[in-house]
Amino acid sequence: MELYARRLLVNRINLMVSLLAMLFGLFWLGWILFTLFDAGFGSISATLFLETTPPPGSDGGLANAIGGSLLMGGAGTLLGTPIGIMAGIYLAEFGNRGWLAPATRFINDILLSAPSIVIGLFIYQAYVVSVGHFSAWAGAMALALIVIPVVIRTTENMLRLVPDSLREAAAALGAPQWKVIALVTVRAAKAGIVTGILLAVARISGETAPLLFTALNNQFGTLNMNSPMANLPVVIFQFAMSPYQDWHNLAWAGALLITLSVLVLNILARVFFRNKTPVY
Amino acid sequence: MNAAVLENVQDAAAQKIAVRNLNFHYGRFHALKDINLDIPERKVTAIIGPSGCGKSTLLRTFNRIYALYPDQEARGEILIDGEDILAPGQDLNSLRAKVGMVFQKPTPFPMSIYDNIAFGVKLYEALPARLMEERVEWALRQAALWDEVKDKLKQSGTSLSGGQQQRLCIARCIAVKPEILLLDEPASALDPISTGRIEELVHELKSDYTIVMVTHNMQQAARVSDYTAYMYLGELVEFGVTDEIFIKPMKKETEDYITGRFG
Repeated sequence: MELYARRLLVNRINLMVSLLAMLFGLFWLGWILFTLFDAGFGSISATLFLETTPPPGSDGGLANAIGGSLLMGGAGTLLGTPIGIMAGIYLAEFGNRGWLAPATRFINDILLSAPSIVIGLFIYQAYVVSVGHFSAWAGAMALALIVIPVVIRTTENMLRLVPDSLREAAAALGAPQWKVIALVTVRAAKAGIVTGILLAVARISGETAPLLFTALNNQFGTLNMNSPMANLPVVIFQFAMSPYQDWHNLAWAGALLITLSVLVLNILARVFFRNKTPVY
Repeated sequence: MNAAVLENVQDAAAQKIAVRNLNFHYGRFHALKDINLDIPERKVTAIIGPSGCGKSTLLRTFNRIYALYPDQEARGEILIDGEDILAPGQDLNSLRAKVGMVFQKPTPFPMSIYDNIAFGVKLYEALPARLMEERVEWALRQAALWDEVKDKLKQSGTSLSGGQQQRLCIARCIAVKPEILLLDEPASALDPISTGRIEELVHELKSDYTIVMVTHNMQQAARVSDYTAYMYLGELVEFGVTDEIFIKPMKKETEDYITGRFG
């Protein structure tokens, strides 16, 4: 009984410490969300989605920035996802021998934790300088470079979770390796791979630094991917640094929008992963 | 393995698989040592022996599934219908169409029950929808699963119970119309009732297929097999008609293992 009482006590202390740690983390998160809602919710209205960014002192919305973010985020995802998935498949299915795969994995880990401003500068030097102007394409490229390592990592990890017995079963039927991969292993890991893509989208939707040197900003709405394009993070940055109250309000509204969309993406990723994962 | 036993077996039935001087390596580990064995056609041959004796390894050479792993190597000859499948240039896909395999753990693919069966068939034949449906039904009936799944062919294969999943894998294997079935402890992950059904199934299937089965369970080997091979430490100790192996084994080691004095 002595021993049992001591175990109960230790258990309770540990639970308490864990609980405190969780509350400490949640407190700041809650504060951030509260501030965002408090300052941004009042500015959310139809005009926010219908009108473009105004000059100081007049009415306007964030339509051009929202559209630009969607366009560049979409293009970046479309550019980066196929590359990421293919590379992830290579690492998981063929990456057990030779030097190429371990080297790629190492470099990918570096890319995964590279500061996004470095990626922005890289695209600036490699693309923006050579074409001579900022453009939405450059922004999409920078975002794609952030998407790629995230998708590579999740694709590889998810494919590694697929048991070898499933690969053997497909191969034992006489399926060539590409069919084993395309029809069986990737399908078994599908939910995880899609989750990785959603998390990559969530990751790039708030990136400011890579767009600052690439897409820059645009006061007007445009669909021309060869011109500079407005986007939420850079508009927030610019408006928040300005001395005008109405710009501040718009910046808060934009920040709230980004946060909410990331929240929705994360919830989607969770729901998708939970419902579609087969149990082996 | 002495010559007398070999001849004995050859007299009894036509051989389907002939193993000659087979050696197998996992990297540096010598897992199979000079195996010589004749597996008769349309009979059930059980391979028994303690864990790690090489029975699964031997089974995995018959469809060369080991070739998925670069550090595994087989040397010697394995003749299936007289053709050496270890020869360089052997078409692995057509070999595996002829030699089907069912694994220890059920491995349903992440797709519908129907597609699980059709997957293998589509690799070799472009059947019109109606014929494919007939083939799927035929395979499921052969595996004694049709009545349980006929109303839910569109459901995921992973939604079935363990025993049903294993019969699904057997159906998937049969659907390709192989000549040889390799069963790697097909019932070891199943409850006694499912095990019984798999054993009945093996018994029914042997009129059409040459079946080689690895098992841990000696009663199972005695119940379902016509021939039994006993392996120990990578060597084939004894091979013969199951009744003889179990009633009056020629080697002391075999007797010790079968009577439970060792292993």
